[in-house]
Amino acid sequence: MRYSLFNIVVNGLTGNRFTEPAWRAATPKPRYDVVILGGGGHGLATAYYLAKNHGIHDVAVIEKGYVGGGNAGRNTTIFRSNYLLPGNEPFYEWSVKLWEGLEQTLNYNVMASQRGIVNLIHSDAQRDAYARRGNAMLLADAGARLLDRDEVRTMMPFLDFDNARFPIRGGLMQPRAGTARHDAVVWGFARGADKFGVDIVQNCEATGFLRDRTGAVTGVETSLGPIMADKVALTLAGSTSRLTEKLDLRLPIESQVLQAFVSEAVKPLIPGVITFGAGHFYVSQSDKGGLVFGGDLDGYNSYAQRGNLPVMEDVLEGGMALMPMIGRLRLLRQWGGICDMSMDGSPIIDIGPLPGLYLNCAWNYGGFKATPASGWCFAHTIATDTPHPLSAAYRLDRFRTGKVIDERGAGPQPNLH
Amino acid sequence: MRIPCPYCGPRDAHEFSYLGDATGTRPKNPSAPDAILAFHDYVYPRGNPAGSHRELWYHTNGCRRWVEVSRNTLTHEITGARFAGASIPDASVPDASVSDASEKEAVS
Repeated sequence: MRYSLFNIVVNGLTGNRFTEPAWRAATPKPRYDVVILGGGGHGLATAYYLAKNHGIHDVAVIEKGYVGGGNAGRNTTIFRSNYLLPGNEPFYEWSVKLWEGLEQTLNYNVMASQRGIVNLIHSDAQRDAYARRGNAMLLADAGARLLDRDEVRTMMPFLDFDNARFPIRGGLMQPRAGTARHDAVVWGFARGADKFGVDIVQNCEATGFLRDRTGAVTGVETSLGPIMADKVALTLAGSTSRLTEKLDLRLPIESQVLQAFVSEAVKPLIPGVITFGAGHFYVSQSDKGGLVFGGDLDGYNSYAQRGNLPVMEDVLEGGMALMPMIGRLRLLRQWGGICDMSMDGSPIIDIGPLPGLYLNCAWNYGGFKATPASGWCFAHTIATDTPHPLSAAYRLDRFRTGKVIDERGAGPQPNLH
Repeated sequence: MRIPCPYCGPRDAHEFSYLGDATGTRPKNPSAPDAILAFHDYVYPRGNPAGSHRELWYHTNGCRRWVEVSRNTLTHEITGARFAGASIPDASVPDASVSDASEKEAVS
């Protein structure tokens, strides 16, 4: 059923008797052209673009729990393309362009709202760095504006501009950045993929791989039985290593916890996304009114989907330094997700490293914004067995060749990216 | 989370800096023909296990010793800690492993 105003009216007047589930509850077939492990945003977007762009409809998405129950349901819903390095910026800019048309493409309201992001500047050196980054963004057609202090003050008068240690001197703005409803993105891609005939299999855990005598991956073992596939694609985020260890693969990733927080709802306050340039704190306001914010990783290997108190304290201190008026606000919720942190802070989209296997991981704590472009490029990689030009820099062998993409310049130390 | 430092006793994890996986071994011969691959394998790939994990912590705000901790990454339960000896990633003093080995005995 195509969603439209006409449909809402008709269904509303007829007691919703003609509505149908957004996607079928599929049971897996014995064999597919492509099996995707992981039913989050990236996996479902990959399935959607495999069908839409490449005509590959014989696809199953295998999800251990329910779709969007992992990091797709735990992020802070921001999309942006304010990167510096040439390996990153065109990819993320394509993602923003896909976000801009996503609702029309999917016929689904993902509540994408281009409310802009402002990275605050607190020193002259930081202004120079952000000016350089803004120029890199302009070269990639991403759009950028360097704001002076008064422009920031007009937009966000509530910030602590005269903080003794971290006075605000300006900001770098990407007006086209924004936020989207994270669950709706997952549901939109799931519904879109289902329309093309993709089987979305929930509550089905992949437990291992089927391999032939040459070692090539020929399918997956699941809790619902073995499933053969010409191509097996992994979009498992923080759980990637738990399955690749069954193939004796060691990947350049560490799984670490990132926390996020939501305050009680208040009236419209924060115009877009704000990032604190002196500590690690970023905040936006949801359509329901809660302030959604986060900061640093917990900083050590963990598969426990919960956060620690010292980092919570650090994030809240960052918030208080930036916006002292939130001190009276109550915290509504706090949660943790498992991030697949890579050794250079950039993702991996690649063929292999075993025949029949395709890898999409290492999204660090920035996977949500990449959802459409990740699916777009990964689908291309799977369908054509060649890297997409936009993700050509994200190959696994870059750690061997030295062509790492390290925005932070922190080296192979995942908790610093 | 509290880490049982072999020198200071149980201390808040926030006093420590985290380095990560302690299972890697630095290649001995940097001029070997396969040294580039060997160093790649030492620096970048990780086992990243869900479960028991041997990892290096530096007691920054304490005794300033490297500590090798065995911790479960699913539950955060710590099952052991000792001074890092041969597994210090940048052991600039070759004899450090020898002296640490005796301390290790004393602690464990």
